[in-house]
Amino acid sequence: MSIHSIELDPRQIRRRKQFNTFFSAMIMTLAVLSVIPLFLILTHIVKEGFASLKPEFFTSLPKPVGETGGGIANALVGTFMLIGIATILALPVGIGAGLFLAEHPKSKIGELVRLSVEVLQGIPSIVIGLIVYMICVKPIGNFSALSGGIALAIMMLPFIVRTTEETLRLIPTTLKEASLALGAPYYHTILQVILPAGLNGIITGVLVSIARIAGETAPLLFTAFGNPYMNANPLKPIASLPHLIFTYAISPYDDWHALAWGAAIILLGFILMLNFGARMIASKFGMDHSA
Amino acid sequence: MTTVKTFNQRDQLFKNTIMLNAIGIVVLLAVIFGTIVYSSKDSIAAFGLGFITSKTWDPIGMTFGALPFIAGTLITSILALLISLPFSLAIALLLGEYSPKGKITGFVRSMIELMAGVPSVIFGFWGLYYLVPKIRDLEMWLMQIPFLENAGILPYGVGILAASLILAVMIIPYSSSVAREVITMVPRALKEAAYSLGSTRFEVISKIVLPYARSGIIAGVLLSFGRAIGETMAVTMLIGNANELPQNIFAPANTMASVIANEFAEAQAGVHMSSLFEIGLLLFLISVVVNLIGRVVIHSMNKQGGQS
Amino acid sequence: MKKMFTTALATIALAAATTFAQTEILGAGATFPYPLYSKMFSSYNQLTKVKVNYQSIGSGGGVQQITAKTVDFGGTDAFLSEKEETAMGAKSVHIPTCIGSVVLAYNLPGNPVIKLTPALIADMYLGKITKWNDSKIVAVNKGVKLPPINIIVVRRSDGSGTTSIFTDYLAKVSPEWKTKVGAGKSVDWPAGIGAKGNEGVAGNIKNMPGAIGYTEFAYAKRNNMPAALVQNKSGKFIAPNMKSTSLAAKALPANTKINLTNTDAPDGYPISGLTWVVIYQDQNYGGRNQAKAAEVVKLIKWMITDGQKYAAPLDYSPLPKAAQTIALKNLSTVTFGGKPLMK
Repeated sequence: MSIHSIELDPRQIRRRKQFNTFFSAMIMTLAVLSVIPLFLILTHIVKEGFASLKPEFFTSLPKPVGETGGGIANALVGTFMLIGIATILALPVGIGAGLFLAEHPKSKIGELVRLSVEVLQGIPSIVIGLIVYMICVKPIGNFSALSGGIALAIMMLPFIVRTTEETLRLIPTTLKEASLALGAPYYHTILQVILPAGLNGIITGVLVSIARIAGETAPLLFTAFGNPYMNANPLKPIASLPHLIFTYAISPYDDWHALAWGAAIILLGFILMLNFGARMIASKFGMDHSA
Repeated sequence: MTTVKTFNQRDQLFKNTIMLNAIGIVVLLAVIFGTIVYSSKDSIAAFGLGFITSKTWDPIGMTFGALPFIAGTLITSILALLISLPFSLAIALLLGEYSPKGKITGFVRSMIELMAGVPSVIFGFWGLYYLVPKIRDLEMWLMQIPFLENAGILPYGVGILAASLILAVMIIPYSSSVAREVITMVPRALKEAAYSLGSTRFEVISKIVLPYARSGIIAGVLLSFGRAIGETMAVTMLIGNANELPQNIFAPANTMASVIANEFAEAQAGVHMSSLFEIGLLLFLISVVVNLIGRVVIHSMNKQGGQS
Repeated sequence: MKKMFTTALATIALAAATTFAQTEILGAGATFPYPLYSKMFSSYNQLTKVKVNYQSIGSGGGVQQITAKTVDFGGTDAFLSEKEETAMGAKSVHIPTCIGSVVLAYNLPGNPVIKLTPALIADMYLGKITKWNDSKIVAVNKGVKLPPINIIVVRRSDGSGTTSIFTDYLAKVSPEWKTKVGAGKSVDWPAGIGAKGNEGVAGNIKNMPGAIGYTEFAYAKRNNMPAALVQNKSGKFIAPNMKSTSLAAKALPANTKINLTNTDAPDGYPISGLTWVVIYQDQNYGGRNQAKAAEVVKLIKWMITDGQKYAAPLDYSPLPKAAQTIALKNLSTVTFGGKPLMK
């Protein structure tokens, strides 16, 4: 780290300055260049998919192979249902565990739980699909929206635990002490004082985690399975936007490609909306979740 | 008196409930690990360690070896890291060191965040219909160069290069955010001392910031690597699905994740399915180890940064 | 956000109300008959309100999922081996639903009509012929302008009945193929690039100049891809079409398990095969109820009778009369706890 090369020869100084300018320009250029793929993707999707976005696209079912038209209503409903199931399953456990970690940050169990959460977060999504096939699909004897939801819930869980813990730790202990000093019981303090104080942070975390799972395809391949019809029974197979995009993308039919591009616009729009919502809440309450 | 007692009871109940939730996560992890090990047992018994070194993947002869997929995974991921590294570092330096508040910075930051939200399957879809034809043109052009005539390049379009390029784009948001995090941890006093001695910004970055953040950046690379090896959909769509050791970067291949996605639904119960589970187990172990090492390094940097 | 959530909930509730009442039959497997099945099931839904969810995951997947009892019927275009039948754990029935041909579709500049001999096909897939202007190809296709570009061999990456038909054919016509590679739903390919499903193979051929791949006829036709004339056992070059395909279907054995490849028929197309649905003979398993079982049998009966009218327009050959009779007879052996289900 020694800075021995500092000399006062004017030519050398000029050279150093020139090199510095060059380096800054390079950093700027590389950074801006990295954004280009995103533009290409967005323009491509909009160009290819925009024509599909007619009213019937949202309300009708896919047509049999080789017939034009049709829509993705089944996948829209399916994606909402899968997200709903995943959230219902992951939210209570995630918040409970996050609470525990925030309340007992240094305990032995806490360390173990924190390690488990980190390991869970690192499991590739396709592996989660394999596991859920073994522990849900096979024993139940049916592909189902429920197993898809469980797979997504496992993916969501670590995010919810972490955001809950991080948010609750930011809440000043004085708040808790004041509540306890007033004679409020512990559970009352947590549920009525601490959780509401961290609510915005938790909602932000939940929105971000929904945005992460909304586009997941790999864990759904062997669990939710897909369905060309409308389905709202959690014990039956179900379609979803990402799964539909995958199946139609690799098909040879131009009609199906058009549907898939349209579905991509909707999926991306939905995810951006969630992220935007999360950012709004975060910035409104002065939190930074960008990292 | 009674009310206080019920409060105490409820407190206990509440404490137990949240503890149960927390322990539930440990149990979940144990179930996941147990299931995958249990499901791999046939394959482990049949092939032993040879599973990792054999390159035959033959569902008719019932002989399975994972080497082509391990190789495919490592090659695509490392290539993707190499491609993305200059970009990620540039973004991290721009956001963390140059102008955390400037206009271009804000723009780049929001775009990168947007990019992090794009689902894998959409990257794959775009790659298939935008990137692949371009790579195919490149391959056709390369094939005409006399020197490369026998290099075995075919105009597939899909293959290792396509998968690596998409992976590189996909990990940029992640690796740049980790790198930015560690770059902002470099103590201000060090940098200011260097500036006050007349250093240029480049000198501060190359002699203070990067050396100081080195282990963190390496950890970031590890974490991105962990991301890349588990990536499934985009890779499955772009890699060309060939169960053999790739001959060059244009060749079709398969990664551990993509072979599972391709073959799991049809694998016969028994050795074939068990072999896919063992690939899943390997993938699981590699990702977890890589991830944990990365996080430990970053945590320790965090502590260090906090003390100085 | 709240409003959107409520709307979503309302949609789900509405959908739930309309869907819970209806029977849903789940099938998975062969991609080979998928264009036909997708049309059949859509029409069946309009007729009966019964929803048939068929996912084209490949024949290998169909066999695996019916064995795992996660679907009501499996679709396959490779009949089950004894080992696979044992793995199912209980007796099963094969019902043929139609005949299709596997064609060699290609993508060449100007898409000229080309002829292929069995040896040429085997050599391409063995990686021994790599250029379109190879003298062996030119010798068979005199007068056709063949470009000096590489042959990109496309094949399936998933376990596939189409692959089974194709490799069964190659093993019959090429001793080298038989010893080096063999026949089956997925094999250790010596050359080429893998694609998922007939859809994937067709998609790849469409995108790659110089590509050739085997796919079900309907996929090539729907995508306006040319299919090669293939030399049959009698030495004639035959174009794949409904007539030349159905010529290959001679008398079926009682269990309908037969390979139709390399037919003796002088005008028959040599690479064709039946496609089947496979169900358990005793439908009383895994907590199923009789009503559901009856619906499954009713659907399959419809597929091999009234449903056959959809085959020809989609370029599949309908079952010949004799085959239909055998299929119906086999379906009538399906029971629910001893009681026959077919009406």
